[in-house]
Amino acid sequence: MLVSIYRYNPEKDSAPYMQDYDITVPGGKDVMVLDVLALVKEQDSSLAYRRSCREGVCGSDGMNINGKNALACITPLSEATNGKMDKLVLRPLPGMPVIRDLVIDMAMFYTQYERIKPFLLNNRPAPAIERLQTPEEREKLDGLYECILCACCSTACPSFWWNPDKFVGPSGLLQAYRFLADSRDTATAERLSDLSDPFSVFRCRGIMNCVNVCPKGLNPTRAIGHIRNMLLNQQV
Amino acid sequence: MVASVTNLGRSGLYDWVVQRTSAVVLALYTLFLVGFLVASPDLQFAQWQGLFAQTWMKVFSMAALISICAHAWVGMWTISTDYLKNTGVRFLFQLVCVGFLFVYLVWGIDILWSV
Repeated sequence: MLVSIYRYNPEKDSAPYMQDYDITVPGGKDVMVLDVLALVKEQDSSLAYRRSCREGVCGSDGMNINGKNALACITPLSEATNGKMDKLVLRPLPGMPVIRDLVIDMAMFYTQYERIKPFLLNNRPAPAIERLQTPEEREKLDGLYECILCACCSTACPSFWWNPDKFVGPSGLLQAYRFLADSRDTATAERLSDLSDPFSVFRCRGIMNCVNVCPKGLNPTRAIGHIRNMLLNQQV
Repeated sequence: MVASVTNLGRSGLYDWVVQRTSAVVLALYTLFLVGFLVASPDLQFAQWQGLFAQTWMKVFSMAALISICAHAWVGMWTISTDYLKNTGVRFLFQLVCVGFLFVYLVWGIDILWSV
């Protein structure tokens, strides 16, 4: 099958280009895209991409696969090619600076993540053992804590492409709501006042690209809606 | 917190609420006008003028006019901050937009109150 990969080595190339490879998948099996990348790497060891756990947990190998952001390790070839198994086009996650080939600079993504203070803030005296939650309180974190920060959602979001320095992005906002919804966190008012400006949350236009691409099946648009409702409740 | 001085209300929440409520007013006004036109197949000038001469219609039209100006300002400001990366160009675009909206508002009030 034809595998077309975005190549760019800033030390050698003046501009990025697409390089084609002819890859034979052993036995014509339905392997994962990451396995195809390993076969390409056997042909051309200069190809650079990130990978680690190879089972959709670490979030390292987020890339644009046939036009859709996904994790290479858990995307079957049949799904990426709509069952045709004919052509695979691999590009880095869109809208971010490319370090080399499929490796992007995630600095802006992490800066926004850092901004939402992704840790529990609690000014009450610490209990002897641990801060307990009821099963109902704990349930509120389902669909939020599972985010692996692969950046598939934020780099599929036009609002994040245009304002990556001001808009927190779907991933960061999912995490922001994860801490707003946590019964053990006491900084709700401060967290909300940090998000009420015209960019941080409200740059989301609700086009739901994030929901469409999330490899973990999470719903950042719903979390953003919850944040808006909390802001409304606080300020109306 | 990201600071901004040229958006409508200095706050994202304020702009968002304005955008949503103005959209409701505009939707109601559009439905009313379409309904009026459908219900008046042989519409004459006198009937059209009679509609706009009533105080409630002036108030309704004023609400729609203010809504469209506020709605357009929030929308155009958002577009300018998405796509215009040069500060000078962006500020000029915002000035031109707000200038046009101000003219439309005053002109609209003048038209409405002259009926």
